[in-house]
Amino acid sequence: MNIIWLLLLSVSIVFAIFTGNLEVFTKSIFDGAKSAVEISLFLLGIVSVWMGITRILEDSGLIYRIAHLFKPIISRLFSNIPGDHPSITAITLNVLANLFGLGNAATPLGIKAMQELDALNEDKGTITFEMMIFIVLNTASIQLIPFSVIGILSGFGATNPAGVVLPVLIATVISAMTALAILFTFRKILK
Amino acid sequence: MIENINYISLLIIPLFILFTILYGTFKKVSVYDSFVAGAKEGPGIILKIFPYLITIFIAIKGFQSSGAFEYVTSGFYSLFAFLDIPMEVISMAIIKPLSGSASTALFTDIVKTTGPDSLATKMTAVIMGSAETTFYVLAVYLGAVSIRKTRYLVPVCLIADFVGIVVAVAVVRWLF
Repeated sequence: MNIIWLLLLSVSIVFAIFTGNLEVFTKSIFDGAKSAVEISLFLLGIVSVWMGITRILEDSGLIYRIAHLFKPIISRLFSNIPGDHPSITAITLNVLANLFGLGNAATPLGIKAMQELDALNEDKGTITFEMMIFIVLNTASIQLIPFSVIGILSGFGATNPAGVVLPVLIATVISAMTALAILFTFRKILK
Repeated sequence: MIENINYISLLIIPLFILFTILYGTFKKVSVYDSFVAGAKEGPGIILKIFPYLITIFIAIKGFQSSGAFEYVTSGFYSLFAFLDIPMEVISMAIIKPLSGSASTALFTDIVKTTGPDSLATKMTAVIMGSAETTFYVLAVYLGAVSIRKTRYLVPVCLIADFVGIVVAVAVVRWLF
């Protein structure tokens, strides 16, 4: 991240100087700061709601029951999660929310999953392989129906807006599989 | 079919909440107090995420506005000219991992200028549906648990994003 951040900023500043975009550039930095604040406020709302709901899941013991139910599926990929650990439930709920395009639930549940996976982390501050699998799954965004894309397409009068469903599904499954394959290859090489 | 799935996804969250509170009450949990106790965690989590978000956001916004973005786009365009990929698709491929709002704006613009049934629209639509805002996901999830050593996660994500774009373009070529 360090290199990427350094590159993005320094290249941008050099470009801004040479193209005479300095004023726009400086303004955009503060626009970026503003949208970080806005998104954080939005996240504050939805994350707090889902932390409330998942606390009920914990207090009622439902979180362990759901974990027990989905353990056979989840542990195929996440092999180092012991017993009926709550992280299994958080991962399952996050994947389901992603599948149905429920962004407002997927992100908070993903944060919950990261917290639960971090509870299993013996070396805090360093990422575990399980966390990497989880993040790679999320960046590959497995989604059944891309509602917002279909909405925009039909808004502009596309002949068959729902025609993107199949290609999106094929593309997303192939890229999720490859992403996981790349991750497992990296582990093998760097071991 | 699509309407049905849309209806199911509208139903999931309300039903899930209903089931959770009923099950909790059945197990003699004071659901109101539990919810309050859980919600109390929210601000702490956001405080952890916020510095990561602002750090990555200023770099991305700066990159977009400085003119570097257009330059990188045309660079990649000439580099992959032999693949005959529309310029719009290259722009989308670069902006999608960086910014969710910017990629939605770009997609709307592509649909408007090239038409709702053009090849560029189809390709970018598939990218929109099959890729995520990688850097946002990284900032939020890593920030939430204060991960500083990410090992090989970032290179894996970047390679996966690149493969994802190639797959999206190939699938559209193959199906249309």
